[in-house]
Amino acid sequence: MAKAPVRLNGHALKRHETMVAYLFMLPALVFFAGFVILPMGMGIVTSLFNYTMKNPVSAETFIGLKNYFDLFQDEKFIRAMWNTVILVVVTVPAVTLFSLWVSSAIYQMKEGLRSFFRCVFYLPVVTGTVAVVVVWRWMFDVYSGILNYALSSLGIIDKSIMWLGDKRFAIWCIILIMFTTYVGQPIVLYVAALGNVDQSLVEAAQVDGATDLQVFWQIKWPQVMPTTLYIVVITTINTFQCFSLIQLLTEGGPEGTTNTVMYYLYQNAFSLYKYGYANAMGVILAIIIAILSAIQFKVMSKDVSY
Amino acid sequence: MKKKKITPYKVISLIILIIVAFTFVFPFYWIITGAFKSQTVAISLPPQWFPTEPTMANFERLFKNPAWKWMANTVLIALGSMLLVCGTASLCGYALAKKRFYGQSIVFGLIVCAMALPKQVVLVPLVRMMANLRLRWMYYAIAVVAVVVLGMLIWSAVKNWYNLKELASPAKWKGRTVLTALLAAAVLAAIVWYLASLPGLIANTPEKTPMTNTLWAVILPTVGWPFGVFLMKQFSETIPNEILEAARIDGAGELNTFLTVVCPIIKPGFGALAIFTFINTWNDYFLQLIMLQSRENLTISLGISTLQAEFATNYGLMMAGAALGAVPIVTIFLIFQKFFTQGITMGAVKG
Repeated sequence: MAKAPVRLNGHALKRHETMVAYLFMLPALVFFAGFVILPMGMGIVTSLFNYTMKNPVSAETFIGLKNYFDLFQDEKFIRAMWNTVILVVVTVPAVTLFSLWVSSAIYQMKEGLRSFFRCVFYLPVVTGTVAVVVVWRWMFDVYSGILNYALSSLGIIDKSIMWLGDKRFAIWCIILIMFTTYVGQPIVLYVAALGNVDQSLVEAAQVDGATDLQVFWQIKWPQVMPTTLYIVVITTINTFQCFSLIQLLTEGGPEGTTNTVMYYLYQNAFSLYKYGYANAMGVILAIIIAILSAIQFKVMSKDVSY
Repeated sequence: MKKKKITPYKVISLIILIIVAFTFVFPFYWIITGAFKSQTVAISLPPQWFPTEPTMANFERLFKNPAWKWMANTVLIALGSMLLVCGTASLCGYALAKKRFYGQSIVFGLIVCAMALPKQVVLVPLVRMMANLRLRWMYYAIAVVAVVVLGMLIWSAVKNWYNLKELASPAKWKGRTVLTALLAAAVLAAIVWYLASLPGLIANTPEKTPMTNTLWAVILPTVGWPFGVFLMKQFSETIPNEILEAARIDGAGELNTFLTVVCPIIKPGFGALAIFTFINTWNDYFLQLIMLQSRENLTISLGISTLQAEFATNYGLMMAGAALGAVPIVTIFLIFQKFFTQGITMGAVKG
């Protein structure tokens, strides 16, 4: 039996929709508020306290911005921040360019071959960080590692190298592994974006005698720009959060050369139990990433019509 | 379409591509073969490219540690997160995409902002929070949700049996209406009673058991993360307004419209989100690390890293653990990779 049609004016209709919409969103919003917004607020507030395992949050332990001032005088933190910036500066361009190159090489292949390559480059992501790290640790091993064996039998090195224990190499080992686990998603995105490039423009340019390189830079590159920006931002965010590789491979060593902000935060919170200090670090990290994301949205909204 | 030319550049790039692809596959190959190598074989040089004398010793040793338990925990966490994420995110994403309501831009803005922030910065406060929450409360919450859902089902059944107007004016209540209401209340009370007395649920959980070190501590924050909402909003945008309008004119209720009209249309979205959440939860290491402690509550990732701390250079054993964690999830990925690819692309730009 059909309900009698109800005539509602604009406001009443919107009020009704508001009620319905919030009922629909209730479950998700409960989780979102309880496990994202609330801890976020708690993190910001407790970063103003000398909050440790022994000192709970109270009026006596309120220290204002002292945690933040301390951070900028903490040599270990500055070192960790510096290392993180190195990781970002090397990894982000490498991941972006490499994935763009791979995608432009594979996106015109036959469907089967294309998804084969896509899977290959996605494999390290799916395998999972821990499994990937464990196998790389073995390959980097001084005595039984395959890397030392391969390089010495090719005559490139004459003495086995302690890859992860050497100040010169440790961070590059981290970057290499990070690289293999970060390119999967950008490749999927680029393949999709390149497939959406307006083919008539490409053909028109080819008729006019443009070379492949010209077609790429003049036509395809501007059209995949939004994807590039997105990839740059997510890779930056991921690199800033780099933690498991460090924890499982080097624990920040040797001599702090691979310590990152995220790992230092973890140490402070869960080994030293300095919660307030760790939360201050988290807030700084969040601010940096928020600024980077804001820049992306700014740039994107300026010249993007997707 | 004209034939593609084969240029030297293309040949060279294909060769490089194959070499690079090989280095991406090699670690995976090394895990699988390494799992069947004994310790003496694993550290011998030159390395054995293929295990000529495969051994199961690594797996036997692995299962002396509670590796089955770890696997079970991982599956439970991944499945639980997947179901909860799909349920909550689809409802919320649909409302965000298709309803016009007060505060819409605020809710959506909050969700986008939270997505842009690093997940890890909320984790320290989250652990403190979980340590203060009690496992019992979780079971009470489940009971309440179950009652609400069942109540809604009973309500809609009642609504369809009787005209709603009859229920709204008590003067018109007849015997059968009151009877049905009483019956419904009794059924609900019985369910609550039953849930509360289930062994291992509320009755047997000590008052002070904290939420940390339980699987809930990993599942709940995963569900809170709003990526799923964003993805389902993207999928819901594709629903034609005319269909929703038609359903409304036919007198379908809101929930009914969602279940019978919206859900079938956004089925690919469910596929993408489910597989995405499953794989990400399976491989999420940091959250598990800070939430779970006791040996029998670990996940497979945590289990491997614990073993690594104990037997650092027993590479065969490590590879067996890695294989146990990686092979199921890679298989699942290969089966459902179409959904997965779609999920990644839909969740990206187009904002």
